[in-house]
Amino acid sequence: MTQEPAITQEMLGAVGVESEPATHLVEAGAILKFAVAIGDPNPVFNDEKAARKSRYGSLIAPPTFLRSMGPGPMKAQVRSPYSANLDGGSEWEYFEPVRSGDRITVTVKVVGISERQGRLGNMVFTTRETRYVNQSGNVAATQLSTSISYQP
Amino acid sequence: MSQQIYYEYVREGMELPVLVKNPTTQQLVRYAGASGDYYQIHYDQEFARANGLPNVILHGALKNAFLGHLITDWIGERGTLKKLSAQYRGMDVPGTPIYAKGVVTKTYDEAGEHVVECDIWLENQKGEKTTPGTAVVSLPSREG
Repeated sequence: MTQEPAITQEMLGAVGVESEPATHLVEAGAILKFAVAIGDPNPVFNDEKAARKSRYGSLIAPPTFLRSMGPGPMKAQVRSPYSANLDGGSEWEYFEPVRSGDRITVTVKVVGISERQGRLGNMVFTTRETRYVNQSGNVAATQLSTSISYQP
Repeated sequence: MSQQIYYEYVREGMELPVLVKNPTTQQLVRYAGASGDYYQIHYDQEFARANGLPNVILHGALKNAFLGHLITDWIGERGTLKKLSAQYRGMDVPGTPIYAKGVVTKTYDEAGEHVVECDIWLENQKGEKTTPGTAVVSLPSREG
């Protein structure tokens, strides 16, 4: 039985379309909560006094903290016919530390869609690039992430 | 956290100190709250099973965070993380230990920095590498 391709023209139309931006304040409390949640006692993520004495001069966010900051509304959605999703992976690139008190503006765009058969049946892979820009207008980090859509 | 590591000390093939994690369902709830990812496959057993999963599973991003913890511990305060990647190949469930491991694959000078590349991964109790990844860092020199 051949599998109907799941990727539609509408889905492909979402490639390259950037979302609206959303700006978030990096809060000390949120950093602390995140560090505790992941179980990382590093003083630069947990102890404001120690962090101020460090080369960063302030509390900084752990490397994946930016996951807690989402983009603005999508201008074009990838609507998969499948109801379940899994996270396939992320590639982060870091340019500047993310400090308590920073304001990070987040945008995302779909950069690729593909499908193939796998252990969960037919799977649609959507790759998105997220950009995190700080209040100085500098890119603090980028994230390339892949989500997998499948029918359970 | 141990002492600062310097570039001169690093060799290809060198193993990073192993970081042991013991995720619990409570940790998954804490992580959901801290990250804003409330997808029910991470804390609602019925929902997870209805989605074809064996149990509630760890957020991929939490596993990514575990790898981040491994590498930021290793590079110390004066090291800089440049790139971090992780692929969520195998599922991990709470209630069993996970080992974050790494090995140095390359060292080189580039654009005035001392760069080190590592293969990093999470391994479960059976020794299966559920989450392969890589990290690129720059390290300080002993010369200051």
